[in-house]
Amino acid sequence: MKKVLILGGILMAGILGYFHIPYISQPSCQPIRQTDLNETFSVLPRMSYPQPFVDKPQRTDVLLVSPWLAPIVWEGTFNRDILNAQYRQKNFVVGVATFAVKKYVRFIEGFLGSANKFFLSGHRVNFYLFTDHPEKVPSINLAPEKRLFIIPVQNYSRWQDISMNRMDIISNHIHSHWRYEVDYLYSMDIDVQMFEHIGVEIIDTLVGTISSWQYTKPRDSNSYERHPESRAAIPHGEGDFYYAASFYGGSVSEVYKLTTACFKGVTEDRANGIEAKWHEESHLNKYLLYHKPTRLLSPEYYWDEELIRPRIIRVKRLSSVRKDLQEVRF
Amino acid sequence: MTCWKVVKSVLILYLILIPIFVWMIVWNGPVHYLPYYLPCPEIFSMKLQYAEEKTVQLFPELFYPQPRSLDQKRRDVLTLTPWLAPIVWEGTFNSELLDSAYKPLNLTIGVTAFAIGKYTMFVGRFVESAEKLFMKGYWVNYYIFTNNPQAIPRVQLQPGRSLSIVPIKKYSHWQEISMRRMEAINRHIAEVSHREVNYLFCLDIDMVFHNPWGVETLGEMVAAIHPGYYNVPRSQFPYERRSNSAAFIPDSQGDFYYAGAVFGGLVKQVYEFTRACHMTILADKANGIMAAWQEESHLNRHFFSHKPSKLLSPEYVWDDTKPRPPEMRLIRFSTVNKDYKEIRD
Repeated sequence: MKKVLILGGILMAGILGYFHIPYISQPSCQPIRQTDLNETFSVLPRMSYPQPFVDKPQRTDVLLVSPWLAPIVWEGTFNRDILNAQYRQKNFVVGVATFAVKKYVRFIEGFLGSANKFFLSGHRVNFYLFTDHPEKVPSINLAPEKRLFIIPVQNYSRWQDISMNRMDIISNHIHSHWRYEVDYLYSMDIDVQMFEHIGVEIIDTLVGTISSWQYTKPRDSNSYERHPESRAAIPHGEGDFYYAASFYGGSVSEVYKLTTACFKGVTEDRANGIEAKWHEESHLNKYLLYHKPTRLLSPEYYWDEELIRPRIIRVKRLSSVRKDLQEVRF
Repeated sequence: MTCWKVVKSVLILYLILIPIFVWMIVWNGPVHYLPYYLPCPEIFSMKLQYAEEKTVQLFPELFYPQPRSLDQKRRDVLTLTPWLAPIVWEGTFNSELLDSAYKPLNLTIGVTAFAIGKYTMFVGRFVESAEKLFMKGYWVNYYIFTNNPQAIPRVQLQPGRSLSIVPIKKYSHWQEISMRRMEAINRHIAEVSHREVNYLFCLDIDMVFHNPWGVETLGEMVAAIHPGYYNVPRSQFPYERRSNSAAFIPDSQGDFYYAGAVFGGLVKQVYEFTRACHMTILADKANGIMAAWQEESHLNRHFFSHKPSKLLSPEYVWDDTKPRPPEMRLIRFSTVNKDYKEIRD
């Protein structure tokens, strides 16, 4: 009797165990984390846009890709909706460093007002405004995702020094705290206004703007520094484009390297009693010749107001404000 | 009477054992909703240590023609996608300039190719032509995946280049073989190649190099435009059109039709990409559906959602049976003529 019971029990246990063992002894597979699934299966939001045709280029009048395969951003070549959708997934913060020293404080309102409307609208931007007159900064209602930081800075007697020392100040600030606050950093002149949207098409690792004065010139006519004693010297026969120092930027680490290298050049030149022809712009051009930008912005992104705008420049997104240079600089 | 006692005691035993079993199952944690036939995803969630990403930087002094802002070399073709990814055509880039940037980085570039069953006959020509024309002057590792290692011919390799044979299982149907490539590449990256290479290209074996293929093709995530559909409206792309497939793309959507024969990029990106493709392939398997062009449909779906950072023109994946149009100035990589019926099954 007892034997039967025991045998029956073992038989029952055996039968039940046979059906349940796969569940018990399954290797503890980590279930796919929900975030992984989201990444795998997340799609860009449904968008409708015309098909890009391989045999129908958008623009044939301008160069769209540099010989090192960096895109050159012209109106008509990109779809901002796609770029925005890609950008939004990443949660980046962009910083803009700009300087309003001495009489240049009068440009702050125009700059911030138009930037608030047209610069990366809808995306997070930190404006870092360096000024020697913090009390003169007008109060401006910024969009919720835009923030303004006013940073007092020393002014120098020579406007050239103010201009060139920007590199050093930017470099120091990146090192001390911007690298924790922003992912991308752009340096812009204050005496500009924006008239058209400037969006995430400018975001890339190292970005330079082609100068509006010199985008048609052959390299030997470019205003590179030519005196071999200067650190910014570019020999004849070399050079890609002439980049404007009024608008450049990129990832925080690349801008740090750029500003540090440029300011080192400025300091060494000063020690040798030289000043490059176009000050920090010459040093910037030397740097960008040997560290090619990963993206170039067409002259639409910094148009000098004194120039008549040809049809090739379909859109004037950012342009300098008319001013009397003699009056405002000294 | 004894019968009844036996039954009673067995029932009591059962009543004791059932709760024990239930408790043991519940104690194991929440039920996993993964279907049992999905593979253990451990390998897909591995955190791999990649070699530090090398940024392209310093260009030593070089003499080359000045790029002119108003002078486009290729006015006949699209050179930039709407998301600002360059499309690589002959005439859009300067090889010397790019070489001067990439050579100092000491990169190693990997190539995967699958030679299963009768496809082993293509290995010789593939590797010989690659030795002459693929990434000349760089470290290259060929990874040939095959079920028949003996059938792989020994090819003389240049110094700095190596070939490893990766044995894999042969599936019964050629479609299955084709689709399992994503999984195989993914596993191989996780086990081996993430330590050995910086960039990885996944190429079809039944093709030959005819002209140089260099570092202009390197990018974060690189796709190639299919030669058969580069000038065709998107509604005619052979995307998967059944909405119950994970590779579905509706008629009104789509940028390009990318070829499954060529894709690549940074090892990290290729790892993520192959993982994503394999997941959707498995999801389709679970639903009993196979996409119209197997893994090429899934590749297209994924490249539609996660746009490539660089595109290769059809010069990089040409079909020799097609007449060559004037846009294709230099065919670099194209198919070998073959009889599909004879080699597939």
